[in-house]
Amino acid sequence: MSVLVDANTRLLVQGITGKSGSFHASACKEYGTQVVAGVTPARGGEKFEKTVPIFDTVSEAVAATKANASMIFVPPEFAADAILEAADAGIQLIVAITEGIPVMDMMRVRFALREHSCVLIGPNCPGIITPGACKIGIMPGYIHRPGNVGVVSRSGTLTYEAVWQITSQGLGQSTCIGVGGDPIHGLTLQKAVEYLHADPDTKAIVMIGEIGGSEEEEAAEYIHSRVKKPVISFVAGATAPPGKRMGHAGAIISGGQGTAQAKIEALKKAGVRVAETLGDIGQEVVKALGK
Amino acid sequence: MNIHEYQARDLLAAAGVPVPRGAVARTPEEAESIARSLPCNSFVVKAQVHAGGRGKGHFQDGYKSGVHLVKTPHQVRDVASHMIGNTLITHQTGPEGKPVHAVLVGESTDIARELYLAIVLDRSSGCPVIVASQQGGVEIEAVAEKSPEAILREVIHPGLGLQPYQARKVSIFLGFPSTGLRAPCRLLHAAYRLFIEKDCSQVEINPLAVTKGGDVVALDAKLGFDDNALFRHKEIQELKDPSQEDPRDLAAAEHHLNYIGLEGNIGCMVNGAGLAMATLDLIQAAGGKPANFLDVGGGASEEMITAAFRLLQGDPAVKAILVNIFGGILKCDILAQGMVAACRTTPPRVPIIVRLQGTNVEAGRKILKESGLPLLPAEGLMEAAEKAVAAASGKKGK
Repeated sequence: MSVLVDANTRLLVQGITGKSGSFHASACKEYGTQVVAGVTPARGGEKFEKTVPIFDTVSEAVAATKANASMIFVPPEFAADAILEAADAGIQLIVAITEGIPVMDMMRVRFALREHSCVLIGPNCPGIITPGACKIGIMPGYIHRPGNVGVVSRSGTLTYEAVWQITSQGLGQSTCIGVGGDPIHGLTLQKAVEYLHADPDTKAIVMIGEIGGSEEEEAAEYIHSRVKKPVISFVAGATAPPGKRMGHAGAIISGGQGTAQAKIEALKKAGVRVAETLGDIGQEVVKALGK
Repeated sequence: MNIHEYQARDLLAAAGVPVPRGAVARTPEEAESIARSLPCNSFVVKAQVHAGGRGKGHFQDGYKSGVHLVKTPHQVRDVASHMIGNTLITHQTGPEGKPVHAVLVGESTDIARELYLAIVLDRSSGCPVIVASQQGGVEIEAVAEKSPEAILREVIHPGLGLQPYQARKVSIFLGFPSTGLRAPCRLLHAAYRLFIEKDCSQVEINPLAVTKGGDVVALDAKLGFDDNALFRHKEIQELKDPSQEDPRDLAAAEHHLNYIGLEGNIGCMVNGAGLAMATLDLIQAAGGKPANFLDVGGGASEEMITAAFRLLQGDPAVKAILVNIFGGILKCDILAQGMVAACRTTPPRVPIIVRLQGTNVEAGRKILKESGLPLLPAEGLMEAAEKAVAAASGKKGK
């Protein structure tokens, strides 16, 4: 078992004819993901890499190919519209990779998605991968290995670091989810932890947070009351100056809120093993699993 | 993105939020003639910089305060001549201060009450929220700490917008009598409209003043804008004032690099915002201080790497450079080629520590090794940070 994606996931790529869209659609296909369709308005009828049919609209693509997940590479100006189109066409898992979507657009999207049953991952995220089965996103596939550590993170490269350390310890991952670095996004850290906790193949959970917002605190509360599996965590930005946006739109300490110290404290209180520095995550996982 | 007070004032006025009469002046003569055109006998002159704490600040030449209250147009001219062309230092500018190229000249207002009003984005609900308090004129964080009950947070439905009942509720909380709600409600709707239409990250009016005559006016305001939405607001982009920004930040922006200047002496070049933040943490854990945050991004080109490297080399504060790359989309060999190219044109003047991991790592390490450049390789994260700290303090690494 795994979380949200597996070998049966049928992926469609919105923005498949763009530079990033085509590059990563190709990489996902190569990894073994079933890439069944692409969508680019006004390019319907063409084929991607001579095999994947391209449609003008998501609903046409779904009707013709039974796609049930979408990966979005549409430019920021049009990305909110692309998410809504996917939701409206009945796509159950929407992974928005696009970075730089206006906050107001995401505010409206999040509100509109309340009427749908779909799960939105991102935007501004690396995506989701179940090693050996399905990769939807921009993460380098080869650093992963099938196993039973679940990973959830707000940052792309930090996820790769953590995954690499876990793999280097001879372990592997059940599913890795990057929830994204924007202030308003779909799937939260807590919800991702809930999924991983419910997955029988996940034996330990690694949660990587960063400054800004309060999702780590909310997840900590949930972990404290509900989670029986070991949770290992790391929070980036302990030395970040307040009031500065640290790369991610959502990584900012404002009005004394969202500090790494507060998050680390909440996590420790919830019984989470917090890695002191980034390089310690792999070893903490080994210790937590008692291996 | 931030703008000047006078620009915020103009935007608020255009949206229908009452502001005191006045205008911006770029010369002392202009300041005087603005004052002469105002029908009042007391004036405020405010230095225009992108920083708070102006009233308590001082100028480079010792002239006190960036906010002056004077009685005659002649005095307005005198104050303006001290401010314009000078540099104002406040607790928010850092010791180098910010240059003053303009002053805002306005009528002084007879204040009966000072209130606080802001519209910001509430992250956990994903909705705009109005923050209001009767304790205006001071920092809202201080109020939140001492008396949180003195602050009202009214969450606005993103689909419906600000509703009339919510505007009345906020106005009543701000102490307006039930027979006098029209003016504050109209102001709230205008401010909310501005927040939405201009893709603001914040609209903060502090203080929002009630005058002795009973009028409601925005005495000072701070507007912030969502950088992601600037593409659809040319009129806001034009308000950018490069003289208020760190020159290093401007050079970085030109090459689409995600850069933040810091106070230390270890230059950093990292891919990914999270890893860049964690690298700053590692440097400080190893006892050093980073000179910057620099995320070259997941898909950086060779040109971007070269530009990033030049930027670090060109910063006189930098005594060592730490390159920390986890190659995903950005392959290690591309990074190595960019670094070698940059070093060929700008020979390294400080030690460079390189930690590479991920896609094509062997090819990348090989390129660096065969380049003959004085680069210190590191494999572990902490090892890399320790080597950088040792190099910056002039010691040999382990």
